[in-house]
Amino acid sequence: MPRIVVDVMPKPEILDPQGKAIVGALPRLGFTGFSSVRQGKRFELFTDGEVTEELLAQAREAAATLLSNPVIEDVVNVEVVAD
Amino acid sequence: MTETPLIGAPAPEAGSNAALAGARIGVVTFPGTLDDRDAARAVRMAGGTPVQLWHADTSSDVLSDVDAVILPGGFSYGDYLRAGAIARFAPLMSRIIDAANSNAKLPVLGICNGFQMLTESHLLPGSMLKNDHLKFICRDQVLRVENNTTAWTTDFDANQEITVPLKNQDGQYLADDKTLDALEAEGRVVFRYVGFNPNGSRRDIAGIANEAGNVVGLMPHPEHAVETGYGPGSFENSSTSTDGLGFFTSVLNKLVGGTK
Repeated sequence: MPRIVVDVMPKPEILDPQGKAIVGALPRLGFTGFSSVRQGKRFELFTDGEVTEELLAQAREAAATLLSNPVIEDVVNVEVVAD
Repeated sequence: MTETPLIGAPAPEAGSNAALAGARIGVVTFPGTLDDRDAARAVRMAGGTPVQLWHADTSSDVLSDVDAVILPGGFSYGDYLRAGAIARFAPLMSRIIDAANSNAKLPVLGICNGFQMLTESHLLPGSMLKNDHLKFICRDQVLRVENNTTAWTTDFDANQEITVPLKNQDGQYLADDKTLDALEAEGRVVFRYVGFNPNGSRRDIAGIANEAGNVVGLMPHPEHAVETGYGPGSFENSSTSTDGLGFFTSVLNKLVGGTK
């Protein structure tokens, strides 16, 4: 089924508390090579038919209004995935 | 909703002040709201009349019956997506946003999850992140009332320190420096944490107001500190804080045109 993927990340200047917790846990499992982690969100919006330009525009608008909060987050990617 | 006050100081008799009882305060319930009944009870103990409102009510005159609105605490929609983000698009919220921005300036108080809804709906600036220490926190919290001219704070003295419960997961208030500077300059930082910042909020901010002062949001819970024996305190000391009552008496006095 065709779908639109939207990726949202915390803004670079914002300290990500969840990422901080994860980077603290990694060395406990022996993963010592990572200096920081940032956690974001991936949304998959499924469409019944082909992804049209109009649907893509709607996805971009949804990403900016509901899926992200522009005060703390950036929409870093909106793309069509066909499989 | 006809709960009777239980133990402790006698509550005001319902209708003991007809003018106050005539003031009707809507309390909104969303899926996942927890503190709506506490908020309704606080309104009643302050002498007003609480009115239950449902988030999905689409009738155009849904707010015609109320003089102010409280968005209570809880975990609307399980905090999915972001705290308050889905509730913000409830049919009733559109009405509340319009009424708060209208000339009538409907008084709106957002407590905890309600505060998160107010920032998500842009009635108040900034946003909320997970607590900087990543843990849920529940404690008796001292706040300083830095603006006692809003619709919800006129019964407090300037810079009065009050103690009310705080309980949150996503309580770290955040905005860019320009916004924070503007809030400070305009006196819109209404409450600041005193002695201990429980969640990493910028500049110890616990609550803010909009420009007109009719919309106020804060993370701590005044509705849990309205009755002796049931508010902040200890097992040893049962004469606990009722500092939260001032929020509700403030708006009631304002609505009936009285002074404190």
